[in-house]
Amino acid sequence: MLFKETKLIEKQMDNFLDIISESVLVFQEGVIRYFRKQNDDFDSSLSKVEILENRADDLRRDIENRLYTETLIPESRGDVLGLLENMDKLVNGAKHVLKEFSIEIPMIPAEFHEEFLDLATTAAKGVEEVVQAARRFLSDPLSVKANLHKVYHYEEEADRIAEKIQRKVFRSDLELAQKNHIRHFIINMDSLADRAEDVADRLAIYTIKRSM
Amino acid sequence: MVTLLYLSSGLFLGWSLGANDAANVFGTAVGTKMLKFRFAAIIASIFFILGAVFSGAGASETLGSLGSINKIAGAFIVVLSAGITVYSMTRLGLPVSTSQAIVGAIIGWNLFAGISTNVQVLSKIVGSWIMSLVLAALFAFVIYRLVLRFKTLQKIHIFRLDAYTRLGLIIVGAFGAYSLGANNIANVMGVFVSISPFHDISLGPLNFTSVQQLFLMGGIAIAVGIFTYSYRVMLTVGKSVYKLTPQTALIVVLAESLVLFLFASGGLHDFLITRGLPAFPLVPVSSSQLVVGAIIGVGMAKKARNIKYRALGKIGLGWIVTPLISLLICFVSLFVCQNVFMQDVVNRKVVQNQDCSEDYCSINYGIDEVCQKP
Repeated sequence: MLFKETKLIEKQMDNFLDIISESVLVFQEGVIRYFRKQNDDFDSSLSKVEILENRADDLRRDIENRLYTETLIPESRGDVLGLLENMDKLVNGAKHVLKEFSIEIPMIPAEFHEEFLDLATTAAKGVEEVVQAARRFLSDPLSVKANLHKVYHYEEEADRIAEKIQRKVFRSDLELAQKNHIRHFIINMDSLADRAEDVADRLAIYTIKRSM
Repeated sequence: MVTLLYLSSGLFLGWSLGANDAANVFGTAVGTKMLKFRFAAIIASIFFILGAVFSGAGASETLGSLGSINKIAGAFIVVLSAGITVYSMTRLGLPVSTSQAIVGAIIGWNLFAGISTNVQVLSKIVGSWIMSLVLAALFAFVIYRLVLRFKTLQKIHIFRLDAYTRLGLIIVGAFGAYSLGANNIANVMGVFVSISPFHDISLGPLNFTSVQQLFLMGGIAIAVGIFTYSYRVMLTVGKSVYKLTPQTALIVVLAESLVLFLFASGGLHDFLITRGLPAFPLVPVSSSQLVVGAIIGVGMAKKARNIKYRALGKIGLGWIVTPLISLLICFVSLFVCQNVFMQDVVNRKVVQNQDCSEDYCSINYGIDEVCQKP
């Protein structure tokens, strides 16, 4: 009975992390499709990420519920709940960016496309690494450090790319309104890497607590 | 009925032992809600009673050789004095142990009866208290290191580790309760052994001795203490007194249980003796102090910098202060009981010439010779 419950929640945690990982891939795919003007495919990416977000929310609530009702991992419950909620924000962030692309249809000149794709890829890599770190935290906390180091690297890289595009945009001949609009998207995409860094910071502390 | 009245002090001490010391076995597990109180209480009660009935004789014999109380009224006062000492020191927030209180009370009875206390036995008991503390710290240190190594190598998932810990807390808790029952029943009923009002009962091949019946009564009193009062103590222990994670609690309880078992198991004692190995003396030790020792052991294994070694000083002080207070209360109470309530607290006619060697005999008030078995 005890071990059956354990297996179930382990599986749910794995599924939750799979969803985060998948959603960030869909996000990356969606950005590419937007710039390639593959509208139908972009819409399918958006609806896919929305479905993933709903599934992540349902799973998170179910896991939280189980953690409380079954009084599991009392010493780390707060940490795992915090981890779940912050990881969930990553899916929300990915969905939010694609949704804004869909609603606001920003006019981004082709000369910025390459950098935008770079930013999306770097932010996605940061999220991928933090998902790996979370998986390791659950079974091998001492090895988390290696992934955290990469998350910090991708966050810095995303910041650098974001700044580079902003400088380029504001030195172009575009209208100020358009410049501001593009900047809004740059900041939103970069914030995905920032959220990954927030999760990494929490994981670093949780790891110290678990290893004590 | 009168016998039961006299045994009531033992039952009270048993109740208080169950109420307080069950927390040393299941405190963190219940306090952190790893186990439900009812479940922990059932396990603790069953194993406390089993330990008391089937393995409680060894430590009782040691207490008996410290002072063989020969009147039930005297035994009543001895146990009551220990109970009062434990209660008052707990109220004052001072560290106290039932084992130390009962030893002090027995010496008080010896003094009152004019019997010289066997210094050899006394030093064996005090030496065991010190050794038990060191062993608890050592066991906890080694177990912590082994568990850490195992955890690192096996990479166990946090939820599976949680399940293993729960299972471990149940198994180790049961073992702890058994060992605590075996070791500490001597404090509760040990002084009544030589004057047990019960008779042996034989049911076919099964023989239920008078001592076992006495210990069963004590065990039931302990179980009542667990069910009626230990929940609050467990919550306090689990959440505030020494806040441990369930895994650390598992290590601490295992170290504590092993030490209790070493100082209570007659089987292990005989096994070592027959093989010419040094055996652990069967002496009642303090489970609360073992927990402190084990926590210090874990702290050392973690290389923690904030270990409060002052706790050890307090324990050391308790080794002296508790028996002294208990001795005084017992001596005064025996005097009052004998001279105010006109109750015989010492059987001065008990002279066991045949077993008595000169070394252990003394002349009591020049009237009756009272001796103690070597």
